[in-house]
Amino acid sequence: METRAQNQSLAAEFDRRNMDWYMDKLVQVLVFMGGISAIVFIIGIFAFVTMEGAGFLFDGFSFREFFLSEYWEPSDEDDPEYGILALIAGTASVTGLAMVVAIPFSLGAAIFIGEFATGRTREFLKVLVELLAAIPSVVWGFIGLSIMNPLIIELFDVPVGLTVLNAGIILGLMAAPIMTSIAEDALKAVPDRYREAAEALGATRWEVIFKTVIPAAKNGLLGAVLLGVGRGFGETMAVLMATGHSVNIPGSLFDSVRALTATIAAELGETAVGSEHYQVLFTIGIFLFVITFIINLTADLIVRGVKNQ
Amino acid sequence: MFEESALNARNKKIQLLWRTLFLVMTLLLILPVLVILGTLIAKGGSVISMEFLFTYPTDGMTAGGIFPALFGTVWLVSLALLISVPLGVAAAIYLSEYAGENWFSRLINLAIINLAGVPSIVHALFGVGAFVVFFGFGTSILAASLTLAIMTLPVVIVATKESLDAVPLAFREACWNMGATRWQTIRKVVLPNAISGILTGVILEVSRTTGETAPIMFTGAAFFLPFLPESVFDQTMAMSLHLFVVATQVPGVPDALPYGVALVLVSMVLIMNSISIGFRVYLRGQKKW
Repeated sequence: METRAQNQSLAAEFDRRNMDWYMDKLVQVLVFMGGISAIVFIIGIFAFVTMEGAGFLFDGFSFREFFLSEYWEPSDEDDPEYGILALIAGTASVTGLAMVVAIPFSLGAAIFIGEFATGRTREFLKVLVELLAAIPSVVWGFIGLSIMNPLIIELFDVPVGLTVLNAGIILGLMAAPIMTSIAEDALKAVPDRYREAAEALGATRWEVIFKTVIPAAKNGLLGAVLLGVGRGFGETMAVLMATGHSVNIPGSLFDSVRALTATIAAELGETAVGSEHYQVLFTIGIFLFVITFIINLTADLIVRGVKNQ
Repeated sequence: MFEESALNARNKKIQLLWRTLFLVMTLLLILPVLVILGTLIAKGGSVISMEFLFTYPTDGMTAGGIFPALFGTVWLVSLALLISVPLGVAAAIYLSEYAGENWFSRLINLAIINLAGVPSIVHALFGVGAFVVFFGFGTSILAASLTLAIMTLPVVIVATKESLDAVPLAFREACWNMGATRWQTIRKVVLPNAISGILTGVILEVSRTTGETAPIMFTGAAFFLPFLPESVFDQTMAMSLHLFVVATQVPGVPDALPYGVALVLVSMVLIMNSISIGFRVYLRGQKKW
């Protein structure tokens, strides 16, 4: 017991609670507040968007009408109708085409950069991909509007070029850089001993890639694709400018559509705060939030699973 | 010497074929950047002049310059940085220096990933609901910058955390052993060694913030204003929204004008990204440990 008392007095002697000690504690509290800020903001986003949409969501919201009606007629004076089926179809068709464009190209690019290119070539290609990712979405939209639009009209002899095809290609190019870099990370995460073992068994380079590296990296590649889907789903300005913005369930690549995100961007400015139309737009926001949350969460779980292997 | 067998030759050919295919795919992916830049320069280069950069739009925005938009973007981005950099660096310090590998730090990471993944238009809705309406800032630079700051916060956090993590643990241990507190160690040892990496992330954030359009559309950016903002409670024009407006909302705009606006915007963003990348490459060469 005596030694314990001695230890305590010794500890008290060392425990210099001077300015530095208090400063240290203060900083600890401050950085902790910074740390939880991300959690506060994500909860805040959900809370505020739900709060603004609550009037409609909890009163007058019909699951059937909202999700299954294709009539989006918010400005009808007598009987406005808020069906987002056509908007979902618009978003889905554009995102789907974007993935058809982006998946092969970004995986191909990831394989080339990760498995074939070396040294300066590799660095150079990575920088170019990074610059591709830096182009702002409003510029992509402008490209869809002013470069792709006349090009599509001329190439396919159609009356309108602002279509699923246009927005899908634009969105594919926008999603490809992030998919390429995450897919490349996934390929890099495959240990070299896998490649060496396969080569020692007499496998050729492409056999190593297709039969060893890709199967080993498939979760990471899936994560890359999911993040690309999330990107396409949430993109706003580019789809607003390149889809043609007409409420429509598309029957072909050459139909104009309208996306969920673009609808909010186009209509929020003309609604009165607190009106039903305003609340419906926020309800679409909740839907977007929940879907992207699920996509990002899944992608994160998959990618993290890869890292922990 | 070994004779090359038929199988070997065939394998080599297949190998070359795949390699070429992947190379072509990569080139097709990055070709658009060059095409886009080329087109913007070819069609918009002619309108760029000192006068274009430093005068007001005239004739219902169909002529004149882009000064108020440039000025507004500088305002918006500066204020957004002022908010997000301290917050982001604090969050990164917490994650890298204080938090352990537990459920709580995983929760924070999850929040950061989702903050980066939430669609920009949902950030805009949040900005409207929280800053414009609830806190009563109205459509103002303050509301728009806050929205931008929260949206780009993950960029700062991730870049800062990466450069803090890159400082070897031995540096910290040496400092602790001298009797320094945690904060003294961070301020005198960790941050000085990580500062350039943090700066790289901040430049990247400036670039991201400059290009964002949706989050500022309803929170503080105006289509056209005949005067410059005087306080953070005023609305302002912005480059990104200005491109949207002259490209879609104004009738009778001469063809070259939106190309010129797009060229200025893309140049701003790409120059900042290039600085960030160049800085990173330089740092890798300088690394002492």
